Amino acid sequence: MGVGIKVEHLNAWFGKTQALHDINIAIASNHCTAVIGPSGCGKSTFVRCLNRMHETIPDAKAAGKVEIGEMDVYNGTSAVSIRRRIGMVFQKPNPFPTMSIYDNVASGLKLNGFRDRKRTDEIVERSLKYAALWEEVKDTMHKKSGAGLSGGQQQRLCIARALAVEPQVLLMDEPCSALDPISTGKIEELIFQLKEKFTIVIVTHNMQQASRVAEFTGFFLLGKLIEFDKTEKIFTTPSDKRTEDYITGRFG
Amino acid sequence: MANAISTDFGAAPISLWRRGKDVGVTIAAVAAVILVLAPLGAIFAYLVYKGIGSINWAFLTQTPKPVGEAGGGMANAIAGSVLILCLGSVLGVPMGIGAGIYLAEYGRNRLGNFIRFTADVLNGVPSIIVGIVAYGLVVLTQKHFSALAGGVALAIMMIPTITRTTEEMLLLVPSQVREAAYGLGVSRWRTTLSITLRTATSGVITGVMLAFARVAGETAPLLFTAFGNQFWNWRVNQPTAALPLQIFTYAISPFDEWHRQAWAGALILIILIVVSVSAVRIAASRGMMKGN
Ligand SMILES: Nc1ncnc2c1ncn2[C@@H]1O[C@H](COP(=O)(O)OP(=O)(O)O)[C@@H](O)[C@H]1O
Ligand SMILES: [Mg+2]
Repeated sequence: MGVGIKVEHLNAWFGKTQALHDINIAIASNHCTAVIGPSGCGKSTFVRCLNRMHETIPDAKAAGKVEIGEMDVYNGTSAVSIRRRIGMVFQKPNPFPTMSIYDNVASGLKLNGFRDRKRTDEIVERSLKYAALWEEVKDTMHKKSGAGLSGGQQQRLCIARALAVEPQVLLMDEPCSALDPISTGKIEELIFQLKEKFTIVIVTHNMQQASRVAEFTGFFLLGKLIEFDKTEKIFTTPSDKRTEDYITGRFG
Repeated sequence: MANAISTDFGAAPISLWRRGKDVGVTIAAVAAVILVLAPLGAIFAYLVYKGIGSINWAFLTQTPKPVGEAGGGMANAIAGSVLILCLGSVLGVPMGIGAGIYLAEYGRNRLGNFIRFTADVLNGVPSIIVGIVAYGLVVLTQKHFSALAGGVALAIMMIPTITRTTEEMLLLVPSQVREAAYGLGVSRWRTTLSITLRTATSGVITGVMLAFARVAGETAPLLFTAFGNQFWNWRVNQPTAALPLQIFTYAISPFDEWHRQAWAGALILIILIVVSVSAVRIAASRGMMKGN
């Protein structure tokens, strides 16, 4: 079951440059929330602060309060255990190149010390089905390398890998930007089904995509959250001039 | 028709000049390959020609006969080489890989640069000096020559090569692969060992085998460490025969019989290297297929 996310006074830096300024947002559980904005406005930085991936970059730091369900992300919980409960899908599909498809999906379990073979089989099958990849790979998943799939299949494999560890939240950073329209369609369909089980935050460059998949949308500009509201409202009657300029294509 | 213009490209005949260039470059590439392989083939063929006649059961199973007696073999030297190379690898491979991991994953600082510089200098140190160091470190403290001293000398020679190739192979692993593991909640050290190192396995193995093959034929560092031995020895703290030493002794001797045996020894040495390198490669690719 998904959980909500509460962000208060979140700031983030790369070295001395501040990339996020005082972000406050409440993300609803079991819904899909889109993050939009021009390149370099801090969308990736924002989602990477939610599961503390931000701090894996040298000299990067974040401060503020992030609560995911009952969990206080920046206080009293280790980064590793946070990331185990929050799945992440990256812009560029990144399967482990030397692992088979099966091992890719099972990797999160295996690397964290889960040893039950039969349970692993079940979880791999279920995750591949969630990610709508099962039919395409079920006969070859033990032999074929994850790197041998097409771009769209690789991205669905990465989704399956993220789902296998049963996260409560799924963060997706422009998951379709490297994909063709058909693969994109498949992943959007997937998001629809996944939000019954998970809370989804999706970064996207594509405003049609945001309006198709997300109930809520946040608009970022220069490291600030300019506006956050129901997607419909953002795209029809935004209350900030800058949001309107962006969605009507006046800049970005 | 704007369309026709763009589709015409594919149908345009390829000019004779371009075809000629294509053929020319292909021939040049093939010639380069032959040029590289020719010395290797020539060395191997010459070793076989000179050495195969003296390889027989006695050569592979007996110790050397005293001067003047015919027959005898290099069995103890073959065994000694295997022993010394195993010791060298056991000491050198983990240290080299460990240092390479440090440099790639944590070494972007002064200490890292210092280690890099040290490794590069060590790579250029003449092997006889490495032998003297091992002599000082092991032989003088143990008070006698030993296989262990030989192993230490070879390990010192292997470490810099393995360190630098491991570092480079790990740095070739895209950062997205590491991120994928961090995103799954895998700790940093676990990611390094189970993901990054594993992704780079075949490159790391290449580095290890390069270092191994290079030291397998070294004579100088063994002269006053393993020292050589006319008899069988399996104890790591005793003087031990080694193929390169035996070949060296026999080759500079005035006896024809010993010259023939030196050729045979050289052939065996090269076979030993080829077989172990291939075995490791095959084992590694099998292991990777299985997914562990
Ligand atoms: N690894 C990094 N080191 C330094 N600055 C970075 C790094 N990654 C991103 N930035 C900077 O942080 C700001 C926000 O980047 P990002 O969150 O990636 O934007 P977006 O995902 O919206 O395109 C940009 O100005 C970018 O230049
Ligand atoms: Mg981004």
